[in-house]
Amino acid sequence: MMRRLGLTIVVFTIVAAAIGPWIVPDDPVAQNLALRLSGPSWRHLLGLDELGRDVLARLLVGARISLLVGFAVVTISSMVGMTVGAIAGYRGGWVDDVLGRVMDVLLAFPGILLAIALVAVLGPSLRNVVLALAVIGWVGYARLVRGQVLKIRELEYVQAARAMGAPITRVLVRHVVPATFSSVTVQATLGMAGAIIAEASLSFLGLGVQPPTASWGTMLDAGRSHLFEAPHLTIVPGFAIAVLVMGFNFAGDALRDRFDPRL
Amino acid sequence: MLRYTIRRLVMTLPVLLGVATLVFLLIHLVPGDPAEAMLGETAPAADLADLRAKLGLDAPLVAQYRHFLTGLVRGDLGTSFRYNTPVAREIAQRVGKTAQLALSAMVVAILIALPLGILGALFRGRAIDQAAMAVSLLGISMPNFWLGPLLAIVFAVDLGWLPVSGSGTWRHLVLPAVTLGAALAAILARMTRASLIDELRELYVLAARARGLSRVRAVVRHALRNSLIPVVTIIGLQLGAVLTGTIITETIFAWPGAGRLLIQAISFRDYPLVQGCILFIAVTYVVMNLLVDLAYAWLDPRIRYE
Repeated sequence: MMRRLGLTIVVFTIVAAAIGPWIVPDDPVAQNLALRLSGPSWRHLLGLDELGRDVLARLLVGARISLLVGFAVVTISSMVGMTVGAIAGYRGGWVDDVLGRVMDVLLAFPGILLAIALVAVLGPSLRNVVLALAVIGWVGYARLVRGQVLKIRELEYVQAARAMGAPITRVLVRHVVPATFSSVTVQATLGMAGAIIAEASLSFLGLGVQPPTASWGTMLDAGRSHLFEAPHLTIVPGFAIAVLVMGFNFAGDALRDRFDPRL
Repeated sequence: MLRYTIRRLVMTLPVLLGVATLVFLLIHLVPGDPAEAMLGETAPAADLADLRAKLGLDAPLVAQYRHFLTGLVRGDLGTSFRYNTPVAREIAQRVGKTAQLALSAMVVAILIALPLGILGALFRGRAIDQAAMAVSLLGISMPNFWLGPLLAIVFAVDLGWLPVSGSGTWRHLVLPAVTLGAALAAILARMTRASLIDELRELYVLAARARGLSRVRAVVRHALRNSLIPVVTIIGLQLGAVLTGTIITETIFAWPGAGRLLIQAISFRDYPLVQGCILFIAVTYVVMNLLVDLAYAWLDPRIRYE
């Protein structure tokens, strides 16, 4: 049941983000100061924000940002992580040692601390958020792939490819890396949840997407100043983040069950 | 144990050096001139030159790096651009508040997690178990930057029981500690339940029951103690989440700790203070991980010989 729910949430959010802005008539940046902080009504289903902008319209645009950041971070992180992890695991020796030390240093920064630091110096923007999250994100994939490659490289079909004189790039690309795809797919699905939370955290701290662009994190941050008179500004975007993150977590768990029935 | 401790200490040193190097390089990632970014584009050339000299940016990179490292050894993290005081002093004034918040959050997490986990294990599959696990699922899914404002809406705005921000009394600590501890509580509750269910299958629990101990007594006296070992491991693994969680929680509730100082430093482009805060949090994390590792080795001698 949980698996189906996760997939349903993810698909629903993607569809809503894709077609929502055409269905909801309001402009997400159009202001109506006379009606600012109004609660939900038939005209504005989720109410209006501190500048009189339609919360539903902004929520749908925010969904695009969340999904875009999640997808970009996961794509870049997994590509870099798979490459580094495969090289470290396959080559071993000093290459593995050096890459291992680099990973140790990056893992010494808890959670999104390094991303906060990078965005702080590079300046807040969508591009820098993706870059900062990818810088901390690839390590997880690299560790996962390295661990698997250590086992895969000893398998007979890989040994056979090497014995036949296949160059290292070919062995890695054709024989070793594809064997890690299922684990990487699970990690990437769970990574989407992590990236969405991280983007929202950075935006909440004022380090992510900048106004007037709508992002769930910035909407939540703006709503914090109006807890007394307009709690819907806090409740709505937070709920959206929590549900989408839960959806990706359920979907990731479902994939893990499918790819690795032992767990 | 001494050999293991020395080995772990030696392994930690390169990581600390790497962390310091990365933090040193941060200011050099600032697009353009860091002095101009701090003072603004319209700042007079003389002021810019002064600030560059003060930050040491006019010296060669290697000399800057050497100066940075020797400063660190002496506990000198530079001078805050905004407060014009030593960065180390600014951080030291707020560390106590961050530690108070983090420890309170852990206590809250344990107080919530243990009863939930025990109830879940004892009544496995029944309504009470499902309710306990639903609560924990909620805790895992709710990001703290949403939970915090929600708790503030209910307990500060609607009920008026607790203050919405600030610090000073225990009442100020309740909402931040619950916000920070909720996710940890959810993870610990699930871990306690799973671990206790495994222990309850063990023969020594059956033997205890056969000797006439009640189910509750068998759980509390025997199974619970053993089931807590993986729970302690999870607490160690979650230290990083608690540390970064303090940054967001302190920002939500205007809690005057090191995390809020970091966010304020970023908004003022006080790069020496940003560097200092990042370095402090990262080093604290590395040192705490080291202590957790040493504690495991002390508790479980097999680890020392691996």
